[in-house]
Amino acid sequence: MATAPPPHSFDLPDEAATAALAARLGALLRRGDMVALRGDLGAGKTAFARALIRSRTGPGEEVPSPTFTLVQTYDSDPPLWHFDLYRLSGPDEVVELGWEEVRTEGCALVEWPDRLGPLLPPDRFDVELTVTGPTARRAVISGHGRCAARLGDLA
Amino acid sequence: MNTSPDVILGIETSCDETAAAVVSADPGADSGRVLSNVVLSQLDDHAPYGGVVPEIAARAHLKHLDGLVRRALAEAGVVLRDLSGIAATAGPGLIGGVMVGVMTAKAMAAVTGKPFLAVNHLEGHALTARLTDGVAFPYLLLLVSGGHCQLLAVEGVGRYRRLGTTIDDAVGEAFDKAAKLLGLGYPGGPLMEKAAAQGTNNDRFELPAPMKGRPGCDFSFSGLKTAVRRHVETLGGSPGPQDVADIALSFHRAVGDSLVDRVARAMTLFRDAHPDGATLVVAGGVAANKVLRARLSDLCDRRGFRFVAPPLALCTDNAAMIAWAGLERLRLGLVDDLDFAPRPRWPLDPHAAAVPFAGVKA
Repeated sequence: MATAPPPHSFDLPDEAATAALAARLGALLRRGDMVALRGDLGAGKTAFARALIRSRTGPGEEVPSPTFTLVQTYDSDPPLWHFDLYRLSGPDEVVELGWEEVRTEGCALVEWPDRLGPLLPPDRFDVELTVTGPTARRAVISGHGRCAARLGDLA
Repeated sequence: MNTSPDVILGIETSCDETAAAVVSADPGADSGRVLSNVVLSQLDDHAPYGGVVPEIAARAHLKHLDGLVRRALAEAGVVLRDLSGIAATAGPGLIGGVMVGVMTAKAMAAVTGKPFLAVNHLEGHALTARLTDGVAFPYLLLLVSGGHCQLLAVEGVGRYRRLGTTIDDAVGEAFDKAAKLLGLGYPGGPLMEKAAAQGTNNDRFELPAPMKGRPGCDFSFSGLKTAVRRHVETLGGSPGPQDVADIALSFHRAVGDSLVDRVARAMTLFRDAHPDGATLVVAGGVAANKVLRARLSDLCDRRGFRFVAPPLALCTDNAAMIAWAGLERLRLGLVDDLDFAPRPRWPLDPHAAAVPFAGVKA
C-alpha cells in the first residue's frame, strides 16, 4: 500500500488569501475528482467552497450554504456539486443525493466527508481548515491516488 | 354563478417532512380555511444528531404519503370527488422527494379528472398570510427559516420581486449552528431563546450585527457563527450556564439589529415602488422567536406598517400553504399539464440579479 504524500500547508492571513488558494485548487480539478473539506463548525469550509466554485463559474455566482438543501449544483465544465453531508446519517443517504452521477460526470466538493464512509473515493484532494485568528486560517491540502501527482502545481 | 367553495388537496414532499392538507375558500373570499393539516414530524428522532436528519430518501416519502393523504381527507371530512383541484410542491428541493409528491398528485388528478396544480414551495410560504389573514397585495415578505432568508415584494400570485437574500447562511441555520457551538442541542432557535431569557448582560460578549449599515437588503450570518465560536474558545471551550445565556442574549441582539436594519431598507424600497403598501409579513420558523418578533413589530410601529405573522404551524414547512397557493392559482386559471417536470431549482424571482458575494437558497 502506498504511503500518503506529504501535505502542503498554507497560512492564510485573510479571506482573500483563502479565496486565492481555493481558486488555485479549483484550476486543478478534472471530471470525476472530489475535494473533501474538513474543519470544525465555523472554520470556513463553505467560504472555501464558495471561492472555488466562483473561480470556475464566475465572480457573480450565488453560492448559498448547502446545509439545508444538502447539495447545490453548478453548471460549470465539468459541473460542480457542492455537498454538505452534516445532516446525513450514513452512506446510503449520500447515494440518494446522486453520488454516482457526480462521480462520473462532475466534480464533488464535500463538507463533512466522514459521512461517506466506504464511499470515500481513493482519488481525491483533502483540505483541512483550522482557525488561527479572527480572519486567518491554516489550510492543509493533500492529494490521494491519482490526485497526488497534480498537487505540485498548487504551491 | 358558482357559489360552492373551492376545496384543494395539497401535498408537500420537497423538504425534510412529508405532509398533506386540505384547504377551502368561498368564491371571492380574501382568506381561506384549513380543514386539515397533517405533517409527519420526526423531531424527537432527529435530536440525537444535533440537527434535523432529512427524509431524503424518496421511498420514505412514498411510504408515508398515501396514509397522510387519506388522513388529511378524512380529517377534513371530504372525499376525492369534493375536491376542486390537487396541488403539489413541484420544486425547489431534492428531486427524489419532489417527484414522489408530484407523481402522486398527477396520478390522483388523472384518475379523478381534477385540475393538477404545480406549486413553488416558496410561493406557498409567500401566500400563507393571505390564507390566514386575507392580506391584500402588495406586501413586503421576510421569509426566515432554517433554509431561507429572503426579502420579497409580493405583488400578486406569481409576481415576486426579490429585494434581498442571504449571501451565506440562513437565519435558522445560524441559530442551529450557534446552539451547537454552545452545547445547547437541537432545535437551536427555541433553545437559544430559552437561554437568552436567563441572560443578564448583553455587553459582555461582543458580536457583530452582520451587514448593518451596508447598502442593499442582503443578509449574512456566517460571520456571526464564527464570532460565537471565538467566544467559546476564549472561555476555554466550555462556557458556563451564565456565559451561554449572555452569549445567547448578545446573539439575539445581533440578529435583531441585522434584521431590523435590512428590513428597514427593504421597507423604503418597497414604499418607493408601492406608496400604498403597508404590510410586513414574516414567515418561516424563525417567526416563532418572540424576541425577534418584538423587534420587527416595533419597527413596523415606527414605520407605519402592519405586522402579520401566520401561526407557527403554517410558518414552518406544511402542505396547507401548498393547497392555498394551488387554490389561488386555480382561481386565476393557472392549471398545469400532467407533463409538468419538477424543478429542483426554482427561484421565485427569476429576474433577480445575482448579488456579488451572494447566495440564494432556491
